Amino acid sequence: MYRYDAFDAAFVRQRTEQFRDQVARRLSGELTEEEFKPLRLMNGLYLQLHAYMLRVAIPYGTLDSRQLRKLAHIARTYDKGYGHFTTRQNIQFNWPALVDVPSILEELAEVEMHAIQTSGNCIRNVTADHYAGAVAGEVEDPRIWAEIIRQWSSLHPEFSFLPRKFKIAVTGTTHDRAAVKLHDIGLVLTRDAAGAVGFQVLVGGGQGRTPMVAKTLRDFLPKERLLSYLEAILRTYNLLGRRDNKYKARIKILVHEVGIEEVRRLVEAEWEAIGRETSLDLPEAERARIAAHFAPPDLTPRPAEPPALVEALATHRPFRHWLRSNVKPHRTPGYAVVDVSLKPIGGAPGDMTDAQMEALADLADRHSLGEIRVSHAQNLVLPHVAREDLPALHRGLAAAGLATGNNRLVSDIIACPGLDYCALANARSIPIAQRISERFADLDRQADIGPLEIKISGCINACGHHHVGHIGLLGVDRKGEEAYQITLGGRADENAAIGRIVGPAFDADGAVAAVETIVETYLEERLGPDESFLAAVERLGLAPFKARLYPDKRAA
Amino acid sequence: MPLIKHGRFAADLWTVYADDAPLQPDIPAVVSLARFLAQRAALTASALDLGVRLEPGEHPQALAEALDRLALVQLHFPSFTDGRAYSYARLLRQRYRYRGEVRAVGHVLRDQYLFMARAGFDAFETPPGETAQKWRQAVRAVGPAYQPAADDRRPVWAERRTHPERAPSQ
Repeated sequence: MYRYDAFDAAFVRQRTEQFRDQVARRLSGELTEEEFKPLRLMNGLYLQLHAYMLRVAIPYGTLDSRQLRKLAHIARTYDKGYGHFTTRQNIQFNWPALVDVPSILEELAEVEMHAIQTSGNCIRNVTADHYAGAVAGEVEDPRIWAEIIRQWSSLHPEFSFLPRKFKIAVTGTTHDRAAVKLHDIGLVLTRDAAGAVGFQVLVGGGQGRTPMVAKTLRDFLPKERLLSYLEAILRTYNLLGRRDNKYKARIKILVHEVGIEEVRRLVEAEWEAIGRETSLDLPEAERARIAAHFAPPDLTPRPAEPPALVEALATHRPFRHWLRSNVKPHRTPGYAVVDVSLKPIGGAPGDMTDAQMEALADLADRHSLGEIRVSHAQNLVLPHVAREDLPALHRGLAAAGLATGNNRLVSDIIACPGLDYCALANARSIPIAQRISERFADLDRQADIGPLEIKISGCINACGHHHVGHIGLLGVDRKGEEAYQITLGGRADENAAIGRIVGPAFDADGAVAAVETIVETYLEERLGPDESFLAAVERLGLAPFKARLYPDKRAA
Repeated sequence: MPLIKHGRFAADLWTVYADDAPLQPDIPAVVSLARFLAQRAALTASALDLGVRLEPGEHPQALAEALDRLALVQLHFPSFTDGRAYSYARLLRQRYRYRGEVRAVGHVLRDQYLFMARAGFDAFETPPGETAQKWRQAVRAVGPAYQPAADDRRPVWAERRTHPERAPSQ
């Protein structure tokens, strides 16, 4: 993974000192809260319902064990002993004191981490496929490009006061795990007919109150021209994006209002002009320097079915569940990519205690070359595990409460912090996730149901990605009461789609029951276990689900 | 509003005129884009020192042919959150090769100076009480620059190769 050199280290240290001065000015009263707000937001510090919340960047979701131990230390020393992993591969601490935040940032800088641009109307933390560099079929490791974009976008002098926040995601494979079609810019590494590497550039995806699937801006952009092309897109957006209404300010609205053809014409013209006047693209030597940090680990092929694994499979039922759902093929024979669930039955999705972080850091050192990933589904990943280590790893994870075998199953729920923490929320998210998870606690039943992604947002800002849940729940305020609107058929992969609303909202009890009704309807209607929930919804439409959910109403 | 230019306090010799106010002879005049375009021939033929003030939404391309005649372009920030003028400043410097003064006016805050200086601004109407020393501190707060812009900082990727010893010490 990428390691800072002296320039990177100085940059983060100086940024920390700058923020220390800003906090001191706030604490002394020199800055009002109103004046301080944009400054703290540029360092990921929000004022939430009960306290400040600090969002720490985990660029493209890649961590090493040393960094995870530091996050554990911060959770223990400055917070209430836990952190919360988000849908943008970041971690949030919910209870830091303002006076401590500069010290937290200083501690983060010691392990090459920061909170720069995790909020504010700027280019946010760049995300990437959480299996990057570990699975077969990649054109290139997308983290090389995510790191190049991270550096280019850091304190960008032109693009730090955009109309609205701006999110970029990169994937190296055609099977999209990074939800690139739901970002302001999605980059898909690809090859042209001659075999040259470049990007398919997508623009204008996003969720929030106006969900949109991104459109193709350019089929093929030579990779060495990436940064000048991004500047052209960002400049076009900075100049033309709406600033009169924050809910219409994302680039998706610009694309929608002027049309993709016109955006393409403007961007291409800007790009040509930029190309004539300056050289913004990264020199090949610097690309190669960054790429070298992501060279594939030197792994010797190992046995695919080692005796210890075969025995554990035969004798240990939780291991079998876990192996089936949480263990994925690695690019090197005899190795696996392991999903570490942060969704224990009845738990708060994405929460992790300091002790769990330390336990996982130890397991990563022992079994995964010290490397950990954060997925946008609020889980962690150990990317490089020898299959013969899987039984020992499973025991270690189980001892830490991290071995739930539910990856992409019904209890692997994405949920935003909701009304329990967030000042924007209409309704609670976490307790609904917990109750659904408890209702489907039985892993045999979950395995029978198969892949089913439930996503819950506590308000229309859609941090819980409900629009792209196979089942989505949106918290709404119904005359002062928390209620939940349900959507079906959303998906965030290469065939991204926005879910459709099934009907009137339910109260909390009704919403949990409705999820069970939807699952029961699927089980009755599916053609067989091979027809997934999503495939069944696509085949059947909403009618059979509506009929079961709203029996008193005549089918429309 | 204290004016800081090239890192020092400077006397402000310019007067900003309302669109219907008669221009005074020998007083450097800043006019709106609308007035400049409407009275362009007369203004450019006069002996006045001329400047134009651009509001957000007024692309500097409108001035491209006249920049040789302008000693000053003011870019107005009605609110610091409206970042269009950062693009305008870079376009003035990098696309239209403008060498005159590019001044930030309006809601200009200390924590924006660094971005502004890098985007090509060289003059700043600062909030009351600002000092030149604090201005310099703010512009130097973060040394390494990861991207080329309109200033003379070399990007980190260039420094790495040619001057690794220039990395700021911890």
